[in-house]
Amino acid sequence: MAKFAKKKDGDLPAVSTASLPDIVFMLLFFFMTVTTMKDSSLLVENTLPNATEIKKLEKKDRVIYIYVGKPTQEYQKVFGTEPKIQLNDKFANVDEVGSYILAERAKKPQELQNVLTTALKVDKNANMGLIADIKQQLREVNALKVNYTTYEGNAFNNLQ
Amino acid sequence: MPRRKGAPEVNAGSMADIAFLLLIFFLVTTTIETDAGLDRMLPPMEPPEEDVVIKQKNIFTVNINKNGQLLVEDELMDLKGLRKAAMDFLENGADGSCNYCQGRKDPASSDNPSKAIISLKNDRETKYSTYITVQNELVGAYNDLRNREASKLYGRDFTDMEAEYLNPETPSSVRDDLKDKVKRVQDMFPQKLSEAETSTN
Repeated sequence: MAKFAKKKDGDLPAVSTASLPDIVFMLLFFFMTVTTMKDSSLLVENTLPNATEIKKLEKKDRVIYIYVGKPTQEYQKVFGTEPKIQLNDKFANVDEVGSYILAERAKKPQELQNVLTTALKVDKNANMGLIADIKQQLREVNALKVNYTTYEGNAFNNLQ
Repeated sequence: MPRRKGAPEVNAGSMADIAFLLLIFFLVTTTIETDAGLDRMLPPMEPPEEDVVIKQKNIFTVNINKNGQLLVEDELMDLKGLRKAAMDFLENGADGSCNYCQGRKDPASSDNPSKAIISLKNDRETKYSTYITVQNELVGAYNDLRNREASKLYGRDFTDMEAEYLNPETPSSVRDDLKDKVKRVQDMFPQKLSEAETSTN
């Protein structure tokens, strides 16, 4: 009668973990490919404004970044609370922007030097006066392509 | 002498642990972000050779004061109405040569989209967020008009086509095809947005 041997009760079959490394490796490769290492730490507050009509900044190697904003809490004692410019890892004055752009441009390969974009990452509480000075500097070194980096979102949220 | 067996099997049991370790490292350091923003061109330093005479009616002036209020064509305006006003100005088409414009053909406003210029001025104390909102609305006015024409001509949005054209992963055959289309729509409403130096008063 007992053609089919009854399974012993309470004995769960073991789940095979043999493919676990494969799964983990798959995840690993995903994160390895999408990772970009942070290259400079922010010294300024940097809450970007929102905009809807935005274009993506493709190709990171063709972008020069300029950060503007109020110094963060720990630097406020030394640098005050007026918005400042951050180039690479240090604070800078407006008149250093031009030479910074030229120096960064010289570091890039020849064929990219004419297609560089300057990404302005400006805190939304900064004043236009400082931005106008930066723009003037950029015009002087002929870095005319700029990108006002923003978050994606309703632009009218900026006004609150 | 005993015969050697094949190479001894390596225990792969700890492979998962090693992979997990790496995975966690990359998980922590990852920031998935592609920056995006408003692309603009600054005017070159050298002034153009000859002076171009531009009729006053072809210029759409936008002034932002330090409190974030807008003065559009010498009238106070709310930011929400700016996009509509800019679109009306751009596609006014007073000289009748623009056959795709749907404007009112008001003789006191712009002649043709290719002649229409938007002039943006701001105060030194204007807040950056206000400035970006205004820029966004003005670029949006151009994009809305271009989208309308692109969907009439090619059945899809201009911004969509442009994004695909600029995307480096798009195959070059598709890109060549898009290039002409994008160019054609851009030429229908060329973006002429002038930014004068900021005023101090």
